[in-house]
Amino acid sequence: MTAIFDFPAPPEAPNSDALRAEVRAFLAEELADFPPRERALSWTGFSADFSRKLGERGWIAMTWPKEYGGHERSALDRYVVMEELLAAGAPVAAHWISDRQSGPLILRVGTQEQKDLVLPKIAAGECFFCIGMSEPDSGSDLAATRTRATPVEGGFRVNGTKVWTTWAHKSHYMILFCRTDGGPEDRHKGVSQLLVDLTTPGITIRPIKDLTGGEHFNEVVFDDVFLPESAVIGTRGDGWNQVTSELAFERSGPERFLSSMALLQELIGRLSQQPGNERAEVVIGRLSAHLMVLRRLSRSVSGMLERGENPALQASMVKDLGADFEQSIPDIARSLIECEPDQTAREEYAATFAEVLLSVPSYSLRGGTREILRGIIARGLGLR
Amino acid sequence: MSDKMLLDAAGRLFEAEHGPDAWVGPGSGSMEKGAPIWAKIEEMGLTLGLAPEEAGGFGADPLEVLDTIRLAGRFALPCPLAETMGAVALISRAGLDLPEGPAAFAAPAAGSVALTREGDGFRLKGELPRVPFARGASVVAVVTALDGAPHIALVAPSSCTITQGENVAGEPRDRLTVDAALPSSAVAPSPLDAGRAFALGAALRAIALAGALERTTEMTVQYANDRVQFGRPIGKFQAIQQNLSVAAGQTAAANAAAGMAAEAAAALLDGGSDLAPIAAAKIRTGEAAGIVATIAQQTHGAIGFTMEHPLRLFTKRLWSWREEFGNEATWSRELGRTALSAGQGGFWPLISSY
Ligand SMILES: Cc1cc2nc3c(=O)[nH]c(=O)nc-3n(C[C@H](O)[C@H](O)[C@H](O)COP(=O)(O)OP(=O)(O)OC[C@H]3O[C@@H](n4cnc5c(N)ncnc54)[C@H](O)[C@@H]3O)c2cc1C
Repeated sequence: MTAIFDFPAPPEAPNSDALRAEVRAFLAEELADFPPRERALSWTGFSADFSRKLGERGWIAMTWPKEYGGHERSALDRYVVMEELLAAGAPVAAHWISDRQSGPLILRVGTQEQKDLVLPKIAAGECFFCIGMSEPDSGSDLAATRTRATPVEGGFRVNGTKVWTTWAHKSHYMILFCRTDGGPEDRHKGVSQLLVDLTTPGITIRPIKDLTGGEHFNEVVFDDVFLPESAVIGTRGDGWNQVTSELAFERSGPERFLSSMALLQELIGRLSQQPGNERAEVVIGRLSAHLMVLRRLSRSVSGMLERGENPALQASMVKDLGADFEQSIPDIARSLIECEPDQTAREEYAATFAEVLLSVPSYSLRGGTREILRGIIARGLGLR
Repeated sequence: MSDKMLLDAAGRLFEAEHGPDAWVGPGSGSMEKGAPIWAKIEEMGLTLGLAPEEAGGFGADPLEVLDTIRLAGRFALPCPLAETMGAVALISRAGLDLPEGPAAFAAPAAGSVALTREGDGFRLKGELPRVPFARGASVVAVVTALDGAPHIALVAPSSCTITQGENVAGEPRDRLTVDAALPSSAVAPSPLDAGRAFALGAALRAIALAGALERTTEMTVQYANDRVQFGRPIGKFQAIQQNLSVAAGQTAAANAAAGMAAEAAAALLDGGSDLAPIAAAKIRTGEAAGIVATIAQQTHGAIGFTMEHPLRLFTKRLWSWREEFGNEATWSRELGRTALSAGQGGFWPLISSY
């Protein structure tokens, strides 16, 4: 069991200081006028223009082979860029999913045609992906998916409804998780991942306003949508294994604890104007300790991934601890600074506080709920 | 197999001398049980692990040596391994004679002791509160200033008035009232000032806490698998599973923090001065200690609330060690001051430099 608690020292990233300085200089210039309330959206903030600039800089697809537009850099360099973007509250949503998840999936198990079609465009910051997993009746219980791709001559006919699909309305493609074979009783068998061009006829995308009032996620309805045979990613029927093997990448990154950075930094800005405030020192010291340790845990998992291990369990721990941390920030802020949250306020602190306050409930839902993660950890402990 | 020979050997020794069998029955967990283990630890040379090779050490990797402190926490060793290692680390670097037998070190708050010149030697006068295992130590290395520069003064507890005390785990924490003439051979400039020596102590406690946390969580998972109620192991109930996964997450975080503390402690002994990682580690392990102890006690039910059950050996150490060498509040204030003086723009550069 001790292996569960064992997070080896993260590997050193050689020359990362120079890279870090380069990213910081770029962000200082690009985001000079980007207000805290916008930074508060963190990796939910969308800017196609910004993503394209990152692509030009070589800061997307950093670890991929050059033949697909990648830069063959280490995962550690990529980590540096990711965390600097997040710490600055840069609007990275447009390419985040394709860089983190969809691109690597296609790189790993996609066909040559799929790779050639999307990877260079992703790397350029010009091709955006969304993930179609959740449905109205299938959330945590992903295997209960009802969306069906029925085999027909030359391909599939897809019917069903996906929901909470982040940035589907601004994406070019979706990685659709659905049933291609068998029935609901087959659970993990017979489900597949399909590459969907979102301009395909029969797809209706309807934005849903979330708690912040923003339109970030969507309902996506498939009505007799024809997809060619070549849309299958990896092995038909093996979707469950493909999805679960992505989880360690999806759950251990710095976006799992840096989502509230905009508010934390605003808070520190205010408190640093009050020297000698001992209560503030104690509280900020504690948060700093948590952040330093979370970074170490997350970078440790990154090292395990780089060495080809499968730290799915450790990644679940990082996400669970990280969500607790991110979610605690608004309550901690209000214990130190009296302020009525107001998204419409002219004053940046009140607006940032409001934006983060309204965002944090999602942190322990998206990407696997707190309860589901803890169930995974309990299984790792041998309790289930 | 790991290539960590020292760690493996220490693990075998601790398991044989103070493994689970030793945690139950009459006198279990008492300090009297420590003597035979201590002899074997000294025989192994472990207490010299943090001494430089040219000053009596054996050239071990300090990170591996420090990891044996985590192991000692896993086994609730009833003897002053961390204290002696720390004392030896300081004494050897000051060029003083290495102690025979158990030793301790103290980094008292400014003003609580005074080191002055007297004839050919020195005088140490004052109070040393809560010195670990002082009553059984051959020597206590006191880090304090002489003429404004940090020095180490070696004082034998036998030459002090000892007022016995103990932490809630029953580990001796004695007050020494000192008014002793010291020969010149007992005083030398210290490699670490009092603040850094105190931080070294905090790092050692953070590392030990990680080990005790591992054991506490493991014992609790085991208990949840063994204890049957309503016809099934209580570990099958989702409420218990969720609590135990919290304990596991806290334990993992504590382990990462301990790694940070070990690296920073090794750097301190090499002349470094960065206390932030040690502050962070003591804060994080201390917080984990409270959370995990609560879950462990709750999961064990009434049996865990007895002096018979071995759980107490670990939860009581968690409750003790989180207070020693500065608790979460002490170190949070320290780290928070650094973070706030970095300010809004400097906060992230500070955090990401670790
Ligand atoms: C901001 C945001 C963005 C998202 N983006 C996407 C996206 O891009 N693509 C996508 O596919 N999905 C997305 N999701 C959906 C997300 O993956 C789901 O919300 C999540 O999987 C939970 O499903 P659900 O909301 O249906 O809740 P449910 O599964 O119905 O759960 C409701 C509650 O019951 C608990 N629960 C469920 N099962 C158990 C159990 N076995 N034991 C104990 N408790 C249980 C849950 O933990 C939760 O607290 C997004 C969600 C959010 C909030």
